Amino acid sequence: MSLLRGKVWTFGDDIDTDAIIPARYLNTSDPAELAKHCMEDADPEFPQKVSPGDIIVAGKNFGCGSSREHAPLALKAAGVACIVAENFARIFYRNAINIGLPILESPAASAALREDDQVEIDLAKGEITASAGKQKFLSVPFPPFMQEIMAAGGLINFVKTVIPQQNQVVTRTKRGGMPGSRQ
Amino acid sequence: MGQTMAEKILARAAGKEHLSPGDLISARIDMALGNDITAPVAIREFRKIGIDKVFDRERIALIPDHFTPNKDIQSAEQVGEMRRFAHEQGIVHFYEIGRMGIEHALLPELGLALPGEVIIGADSHTCTYGALGAFATGVGSTDLAAVMATGELWFKVPPTIRLIFEGRPSPWIGGKDLILFAIGRLGVDGARYAALEFSGPVIDGLPMDGRLTISNMAIEAGAKAGLIAPDKITEKYLQGRARRPYEVVLGDADAAVLEEHVWDVSNLEPQVALPSSPANARPVSEVAGTRLDQVVIGSCTNGRIDDLRMAARLLKGKKVHPHVRLIIIPATQAIYLQALKEGLLETFANAEAAVSTPTCGPCLGGHMGILASGEVALATTNRNFVGRMGHTESRVYLAGPAVAAASAVAGHICSPQEIKEVD
Repeated sequence: MSLLRGKVWTFGDDIDTDAIIPARYLNTSDPAELAKHCMEDADPEFPQKVSPGDIIVAGKNFGCGSSREHAPLALKAAGVACIVAENFARIFYRNAINIGLPILESPAASAALREDDQVEIDLAKGEITASAGKQKFLSVPFPPFMQEIMAAGGLINFVKTVIPQQNQVVTRTKRGGMPGSRQ
Repeated sequence: MGQTMAEKILARAAGKEHLSPGDLISARIDMALGNDITAPVAIREFRKIGIDKVFDRERIALIPDHFTPNKDIQSAEQVGEMRRFAHEQGIVHFYEIGRMGIEHALLPELGLALPGEVIIGADSHTCTYGALGAFATGVGSTDLAAVMATGELWFKVPPTIRLIFEGRPSPWIGGKDLILFAIGRLGVDGARYAALEFSGPVIDGLPMDGRLTISNMAIEAGAKAGLIAPDKITEKYLQGRARRPYEVVLGDADAAVLEEHVWDVSNLEPQVALPSSPANARPVSEVAGTRLDQVVIGSCTNGRIDDLRMAARLLKGKKVHPHVRLIIIPATQAIYLQALKEGLLETFANAEAAVSTPTCGPCLGGHMGILASGEVALATTNRNFVGRMGHTESRVYLAGPAVAAASAVAGHICSPQEIKEVD
C-alpha cells in the first residue's frame, strides 16, 4: 500500500492554488468535477494527460496562495499518487496531510527528477527511487504527530479517535484533548 | 530568554508556560471561520466525525461572501448547505447579504477578532486579524471541521520575522504600499511558515484600516500570521465593539527572532505589484502609462471606509476614463452605509463608477467583473496570479486605493500626485 510506482510530471516554483484549481470551478466541491480542471491554468492539457498513480515533482513553495482544500482534493481525485517538492506552502501542507494526499519534501529529488521519469516511492521510509534504482533520495521525515494523522488516514479519522464518545458536547471547561496536546 | 507575541499567544491557548519555534501544540480556538467555498466541505467532514453539536455555537462564524449574491445555481446550493447547517446548529454568527460583509472586514468590524486570541479560518486571509494582536491563521476545510468538533487545533509554533518601518512616508503612502514593498523584499515564500511582526513609528501612526491591510497580505509572503502589537489605536477601535473580554498579549523585547528588517520608507513611492505575483512590487513611476481596461477598488484587503474615502478624494468632480470600467465594492454593509452617509457613493456614481453590494466577487475571478483574454486590470485586491481575475491571458496589477482611483481617471497606471484634487 505504501509503495507507489508512477510517471513524473514536473512543475516549477511557486505553483499557486489558483493554478491547481482555478476559483471559477469552486462553485462545486465534488472531487470528480474538480479533477477535470486540475492544474489547468499551469498546463491546460494536464487533466487529459494525467493517469492514476502519476507523481508530481515540483520546485519550492508548492500550493501557495489560497487555503482551498479543493486543491489537494482535485489532485487526489485526478489520480495523483504523491507530490514531491523542494518544499510546500504551509496551508497546502496541512491540507494534504489532513485529507491523506501523500506529499514528500526532498530538495534533491525536486532538482534531479525529470518529466516522464519512472519513480518508485516508499512512503513508510520516505524514499524516492528513480532510474531503475540508480538514483535514491530520502525525504525530510514528518514529525511523529503528523505521522499519526497520516496513519489514521487523515485528520477526521484521527479526531474520531480522540472524541471520547458520540454526541458528547465538548465545552469550554471540559473538553477532550487532541493527542500530542496539552493535558 | 523572552518570547515573541506569537509564542506567548499560542502558549496561553495551549496551556503552556513557554513555547519555542518548532514545538507542536494543540491550541484552544477562540473563533473559527468558514465561507461559502470552504464551509460546505468542512460541514461534510464535520458530519463524518459523528457528533451532533459544534463545540460552541458562538465561536463559529459562517460568512457567505465569495460568490454571493449567489452567482449561479451551484453557488446557491453551497450557500444553502451553509444556511441549513447554521440553522440546525444555532450558529450565532451567520450573516447573509444585506447584513454581511467580506469575512475579514466583517469580523473585526463586529468585534469578533480580539487581541490575544487564537483565530482560525478556512480562508488564507484570516491572517488579517493579526492587526488587532490576535494570532490568526488560514487553514483548510478539514481543519475547520476538526475545530467545529473539538474547539482545538494542532499548530507548529512559527519563528518570528520582525519588519520595522521607520521614517516619514509621503501622504499618499498607505498600508497597501508598505505591505507590497515588504512582500517585494521578502518574496512570495520569504516568510514561509513564519509569523511576521510589523512595528516601528510608521506602523504606530497607521490607522486601524491600514493595519488590517498590512496583516491581510502576510500570507502573500508565505507567512502563517502577521501581527501588530495592540496600542491606543487598537484600544480605541475596540471600544464599544469588542464582543468578548480580552487580554492584550505583547512580545518580550529580548525574544529571539529569525530575522529582523528595518526599512526607512521616507522616500517610498506608492507601490504597484506587476503581473503575476504580489512580490513583483515596483514604484508606481516604473509602470506609469500602462493602459488599463478595468480598475477594482474593494476586497478584504482594501474595501474599508478609509480606502473608499481615499478613492472619493481623487474621484470627486472627475469622470472615469472612457475606456476604463471602475468597480467599487464596499467590504461590508456598514461600510456601504457609512459611504452613503458621507456622500462617497454619490461621488463614485457621478464619476461613472459601478458600486456593488459587498462580495469577494472579482478578486478571485468569481463574478462581478471578470476579465477577457488580453485585458489589463489594476485592483486593490491581494493576488494577481495567472487567471486570478478571469482569463489566463488577462493581467492584474495590484496597488492601493490612491493609485487605483488616480489610474481609473487617467486610463492608465499613474501616481495619485498627477491627479488634481477638486474640493
